[in-house]
Amino acid sequence: MEPSKISVVVVSGALERLQMAAMVASVGAVSGSDVRVFLSMNALPYFVKGNNTPAPAEGPFGTLMAGKNVPAFRMLFENAVELGAAKVYPCSMAMDVMAIDRAALEPYLSEPLGLTKFLHDARDTQVWSF
Amino acid sequence: MSEKKVIDARGSFCPGPLMELIGWIKLAEVGDELELLSTDKGSAADVPEWVNKVGHEFLGSREEAGVWHITVKKTK
Repeated sequence: MEPSKISVVVVSGALERLQMAAMVASVGAVSGSDVRVFLSMNALPYFVKGNNTPAPAEGPFGTLMAGKNVPAFRMLFENAVELGAAKVYPCSMAMDVMAIDRAALEPYLSEPLGLTKFLHDARDTQVWSF
Repeated sequence: MSEKKVIDARGSFCPGPLMELIGWIKLAEVGDELELLSTDKGSAADVPEWVNKVGHEFLGSREEAGVWHITVKKTK
């Protein structure tokens, strides 16, 4: 049976959304799905090397979660790549706006991708947006 | 790895215990048994689901004093 395909678009910089996106990506990938993640807008700065800034909570659950031993969203995205062969793509438009190149981003990210290509590849997949 | 490997993921929330188990399964040899310790109730249900989905062998799960002991055999 062909593996299911999951596309995850992440544009929020809020902790809860980054966390849920990372959970979908990592659990999907380690369960055999073909997972592709597109990081853009407020999400992308968290994946710049050396940026360990915590994401702000959007609501009370985020505040509650921040005090618990919940796996860090950055680690879960890396798990998705390392353990489940997911692809995590930085958005080329967001990189242009931020004036950064590929070398500025975490090494487990794939090469930058434009929206046109991502949308083409996301056809006939589950699409999740955060 | 000849002895059963015990993975202590107590205190970690979903999907932390699953990720820890997968990391160790990758290092294990076919036929090895791994026992995951978890205090996360959701993981107690999720981990067997993952094991069955990817085709390893789920050997059993028991709860003792709030800690789930989930035993898995690497089959491939």
